[in-house]
Amino acid sequence: MSKNSLGREIPDIWRGRVLRPYRDPFSVQPEGPRVARPIRRVNPGDNKLLGSLREAIEASGLRDGMTIGAHHHLRNGDQVLNSVVKEIAAMGIRDIGIASSSIHPVHEVLIPFIRDGVITRIESGVNGRISRMVSTGQLDVPIVTRTHGGRGRAMMCGDIKVDVAFVGAPTCDEYGNICASKGPSACGVVGYSHSDADYADCVIAVTDNLVPYPAFPISIPQTKVDYVVQVDSLGDPSKIVSTTTRVTTDPIGLQIAKYAATVIDLSGLLKTGFSFQTGAGGASLATAANVRDLMRKRGIVGSFGAGGITGYFVDMLEEGLLEALFDVQSFDLKAVASVGRNPAHIEMSADMYANPFNAGCVVNRLDCVVLGAREIDTNFNVNVNTESDGTLNGNTGGHADTAAGAKLAIVVAPSIRARLPIVRDEVTTISTPGETIDAIVTERGVALNSKYQALAPDLRRRGIPVKSIVELRDEIYGITGAPRPIEFTDNIVGLVEYRDGTITDVIRQVKG
Amino acid sequence: MRINKKAQAGTMQSSDLIVFVEPADDLTIEIESTVQQQFGHLIETRIKQVLKRLSVEQCRIMISDRGALDYAIDARVEAALRRAN
Amino acid sequence: MIHPQLRRSLLYVPGNMPAMLQNIPIFSCDVCIIDLEDAVPRTEKDTARLLSRRFIEGYTQRNKEVYVRINGLDTPYFRDDLAQILPAMPDGIRLPKCEHPSHLRRIDDLLTEFEEYLGCEIGRFKVIASVESAQGIINVNETARASSRLVALGFSAEDYTANLQIDRPKTGEHLVVPRQLLLMACRAADIQAIDTVWADASDQEGFRRECEHIKVLGFDGKSLINPRQIDVLHEVLAPKPDEIDYALQVVDAIKGAREQGTGVVSLGGKMIDAPVVARAVRVLLSAKSLGLVDTDIDEQVIYGDADS
Repeated sequence: MSKNSLGREIPDIWRGRVLRPYRDPFSVQPEGPRVARPIRRVNPGDNKLLGSLREAIEASGLRDGMTIGAHHHLRNGDQVLNSVVKEIAAMGIRDIGIASSSIHPVHEVLIPFIRDGVITRIESGVNGRISRMVSTGQLDVPIVTRTHGGRGRAMMCGDIKVDVAFVGAPTCDEYGNICASKGPSACGVVGYSHSDADYADCVIAVTDNLVPYPAFPISIPQTKVDYVVQVDSLGDPSKIVSTTTRVTTDPIGLQIAKYAATVIDLSGLLKTGFSFQTGAGGASLATAANVRDLMRKRGIVGSFGAGGITGYFVDMLEEGLLEALFDVQSFDLKAVASVGRNPAHIEMSADMYANPFNAGCVVNRLDCVVLGAREIDTNFNVNVNTESDGTLNGNTGGHADTAAGAKLAIVVAPSIRARLPIVRDEVTTISTPGETIDAIVTERGVALNSKYQALAPDLRRRGIPVKSIVELRDEIYGITGAPRPIEFTDNIVGLVEYRDGTITDVIRQVKG
Repeated sequence: MRINKKAQAGTMQSSDLIVFVEPADDLTIEIESTVQQQFGHLIETRIKQVLKRLSVEQCRIMISDRGALDYAIDARVEAALRRAN
Repeated sequence: MIHPQLRRSLLYVPGNMPAMLQNIPIFSCDVCIIDLEDAVPRTEKDTARLLSRRFIEGYTQRNKEVYVRINGLDTPYFRDDLAQILPAMPDGIRLPKCEHPSHLRRIDDLLTEFEEYLGCEIGRFKVIASVESAQGIINVNETARASSRLVALGFSAEDYTANLQIDRPKTGEHLVVPRQLLLMACRAADIQAIDTVWADASDQEGFRRECEHIKVLGFDGKSLINPRQIDVLHEVLAPKPDEIDYALQVVDAIKGAREQGTGVVSLGGKMIDAPVVARAVRVLLSAKSLGLVDTDIDEQVIYGDADS
């Protein structure tokens, strides 16, 4: 055990893996070359289209102890991973690791396969019943949560070796060109799977919309796809993307958005070339709405919007307020439609988005990101991984990546959620280190981290309460009372890995 | 104050609670809350304060809490007790 | 002269909803009016009173005025409303259905009794009364002068329209006369005039137009039912740059006069009287709340020492 620079106890070795404690956001230096896929030769006339999932799994050479890749672009509508695991189990293969980009509640049907030893490792954040059971000691499977950039990095560095990647392909041709913006299960882009296609030993496209060659626009090209399998359905399209994402009407959310937009306005960053990312949460989108109004009023044209793309950003692009969109995951139908037809709306891999160890990722070019939080501590550390009851429920996503990259990283959150204080002495889990967060914006006021302290007088002049983070916590505790800490056992059930592969925190089993 | 009949007060909305009160020979308090782990102790303390203030020594009181703050717990408990009087 | 308290936005908050009540400290309105009347069903009056009372008691870091709308004097509820609420020390009471000056005199007497009982200063509890009927409008001139506690009169178009037995058109032409009469009565009595609520919370554009309309008429503020309306209203009522400049000059002139020890204040050769000063102060308070000026209003500079 040793303490990382955030004060968290990190074991030296966990389940056979030597852990490097987190020290700071930028100093870890990578060494050596990228890992590489085996080279292969496909000759004229060779067939890549196989008759069934089972045939493809057989052809891939998957066997006991290996790791499979998957993406979560189909979100809670995904049936690809479930079908794949069922087939693997039926074939008698065991001890498989899942390196998806996220596990959702829809994947709870995997629980029996975890119990039976078919699945023995999960290399991603987990939402839903699986994570709750793991957190409470009812299910044993080690979980490593990674950021989106961190997943790309881990595959590039060989920390995760994906043997066989299954890529849910909303549209595909028989030669493996994957198009994500068309088909009944269209999800716009498959940004999380690009690294799988680059580094997995074998890549299988699973599609429910096989079209005559060539499928386009191409998300992942034929050169990286070994086999193509047709299935009846990738999942439930109604749960894949939201029909619309809406700006909040909640007065608290709107007040937070007003404050956050003022911080952005006063930061000096809001000028021609402004680059911007927000989450899809109500207050984040409401902040985007306020920023959009300011851009309109002043005739500002921004350079790009990035990340998970909503219809809101599509509107800004089409209105001429942004020059381009970098889309790693399309959140709603409008974004899906846009990425298929607008060349300024660009599909982006998670690697290009946020991997700290390539020759420069998009988050490094962000002026401002607006992020959410479950909990924030008085050192500005943010938790997005665990619930207030201490159980794991979520992915870090691009949170820690964008916070590190953007010039101004703003976290918006209500100060209280049904009595639970959001700003508190200690967060349950450190997902994003406080040194990469610049401002906390709640409806009760704004707390500025060291880099942006100078904004305080201007904010106050605009009628916005500026408080130290400790004052903010005290004010909130004054209303809610001080929460009793959640009790944990010593059993570590998961890791929270930073984008560079060091460990910001561990997830412990909840007591009782 | 004597508790003579069953009564309730409050709602199931977020930040609110429902309080059920009924006559009993001794004093029992049952708490169900979305924030049980973090705030169960403070909720109980607050309920006891109200019972003491209103000199209620015998009753069964059950609350179902959705993250209400102390002032709301105080008000809903008092309302339920007065209705049961 | 009345204290130039800003009362642009008066937001109604239901007295039986904790999720709304506990947001009162963070709303950016000038006044919150906790509602025990229309927003609370008869069967919930008891628990709404207790909730509102406990909330106000705990709201010690007051950053806006808090009024409580009690039930009308023609109901069996208003006495209990007062008995429960006043010990929590709200800034005042919003009296509904105030159709005759005698209603105000009655509430004035009741408040005096409570002030004596609670041992607080007589006149501490202020009143904003709502005129809600044709009879009320006819009596408004008397009503406006009926109590020294009265700081403003509000107008309720919903009830007034029902009283006229017409549908309420959104255009508001049927409200021209009552608005003007109420406004004149308020100006004559040197109290503030507060316009009616805009009931369609989803129609922000209609709301904005109505705000612009009542600004032209001269209302000091407006009752609101949705927090989203606050910023729009403040934006519409925001003073223009030349108004702010003039107000700053007025304040400078007063400061100058105080320093020279003269009670006579003039600006550009013109005498500045009390209403001009009050208006200037309100303009600056409004401008400050919107971040348009930095100037803090020093009451001592404006009004001199309390006992001088």
